[in-house]
Amino acid sequence: MASSCTKYELRCNECGKSYGNRPLSACPDCLAPLEVQYDLESVRGRFTRESIAAGPANIWRYKELLPIPEGFQPDLPVGFTPLVRAKNLGKRIGADNLYVKNDAVCFPTLSFKDRVVSVALANAQAFGFTTVGCSSTGNLANSTAAQAARLGLKACILVPADLEAAKILNTQVYGARLVRIDGNYDHVNRLCTLIADEYNWGFVNVNLRPYYAEGSKTVGYEIAEQLGWRLPDNIVCPMAGGSLIRKIRKAFKELIALGLVEPKEVRFFGAQATGCSPIAHAVKNGWDYIEPQRPNTIARSLAIGNPADGPAAAKMIQETGGWAEDVSDVELVSGIQELAEDEGIFTETAGGVTTAVAARLYSQGRIGRDDLTVVCITGNGLKTTDALEDCFAAERSVKPKLAAFDEYIRAVDGQLIGADVEPVLAGGAR
Amino acid sequence: MSVKVVLPTALARHTDGQKSFDSQAEDLPGLLAEFDAKFPALAKNVKDENGKLRRFVNVYVNDEDIRFLGGDAHQFEDGDEIMLIPSIAGGCCAHGD
Repeated sequence: MASSCTKYELRCNECGKSYGNRPLSACPDCLAPLEVQYDLESVRGRFTRESIAAGPANIWRYKELLPIPEGFQPDLPVGFTPLVRAKNLGKRIGADNLYVKNDAVCFPTLSFKDRVVSVALANAQAFGFTTVGCSSTGNLANSTAAQAARLGLKACILVPADLEAAKILNTQVYGARLVRIDGNYDHVNRLCTLIADEYNWGFVNVNLRPYYAEGSKTVGYEIAEQLGWRLPDNIVCPMAGGSLIRKIRKAFKELIALGLVEPKEVRFFGAQATGCSPIAHAVKNGWDYIEPQRPNTIARSLAIGNPADGPAAAKMIQETGGWAEDVSDVELVSGIQELAEDEGIFTETAGGVTTAVAARLYSQGRIGRDDLTVVCITGNGLKTTDALEDCFAAERSVKPKLAAFDEYIRAVDGQLIGADVEPVLAGGAR
Repeated sequence: MSVKVVLPTALARHTDGQKSFDSQAEDLPGLLAEFDAKFPALAKNVKDENGKLRRFVNVYVNDEDIRFLGGDAHQFEDGDEIMLIPSIAGGCCAHGD
């Protein structure tokens, strides 16, 4: 597969200065975040519904609008996860036109972070880094470790010391150097900033951040394509650093600009856990700035108290006529169970947050019953099983005899059998 | 009383490469005023047109975000380490040139 030949470069969102392409995340002059900008005219005619359909069934079908360095040969089939109609969950929460974008099954490490890491590491290689790393609440750690292994890059990954055991093991198994830091994500992230200053390492979400963040756009491209090249009315999206929700909107705007979808003002709704809700707090107060918080929630993958893209996300949500909500840890656990029981999708704590927030937005009337709404599920429940530890009692064991089983199942869940089945008697012929 | 000010590489280009130096400032406004006098280029870089610290710069006092401590009103103490870091930071202009 040929690499993208689209022209792109880093540009400052505030002062508009351009910086070419280099491992740099903030504008040296005004210190604002840099973002990758494309020459969309150079893509017109090459990025079409037909050219995309002819591409592989993964994010590289959208390579024309990804910052892929010349000569890069994509190899992992990342993304293109299912977009499923959620009729049962919809019935529960009063939604007639509800979809779930299921990145709980993203390849290779079961979260949407696989998208951003694949784009970041493509650039890490091009910039000549031989060691890569990240500050992570878990999913990013898993993905960076796995994809670095595949590419033959060394990886050093920093996480908060109290991270879920599964996310630690799911990083170590790939042979990455994992360093647990005494502190929360914000401490870890700041340390990575200082390390990136001293060492010649490519941190995917620090000095490679502008490239990394572009990978999130593929969630938006996929949603539009999977809806038959149209945009939804609403997006409900979890927020940690605040990057994903903005990049989905950027994807939609690019698709509109290039004529792949009809123009539409999509409303964006952000989801956070109450124990770490700086962006939701800003939206509710009408702010375009963030008051940092000290995270206290089991939704660790959303536990960023000082979100880098928080101000921009808060501003953007308000511009679109959307809203942000936050739910308690108890509600997010219910959200996990409801999505699993209704749709057969087992998501992690962040997905429980998003599901519970979606339910609240419908009950508040902020989202209309008939609206076409897509809920973004970004991670897999197998990584945060601790959250459900107290939800299910250990069942007693049953003797391997039909009569014993019959007695047991009638006692615990008689409805499973049906009224016309006679009880089995102990010692009976049946 | 004296505090130690620590800067990342991105800001140290305005201080002749000094990544740390001592200051007699008693609070954040005092520190910014000191930048005006000693490192005008640094002051220009970290302050907006209204003379306030740019919203993309985070300030830490002994590893604690100054916004948790009261912001501008927070009084520095002797021996404090004051660190200024862009909120989205990392990378160096020279790399890749």
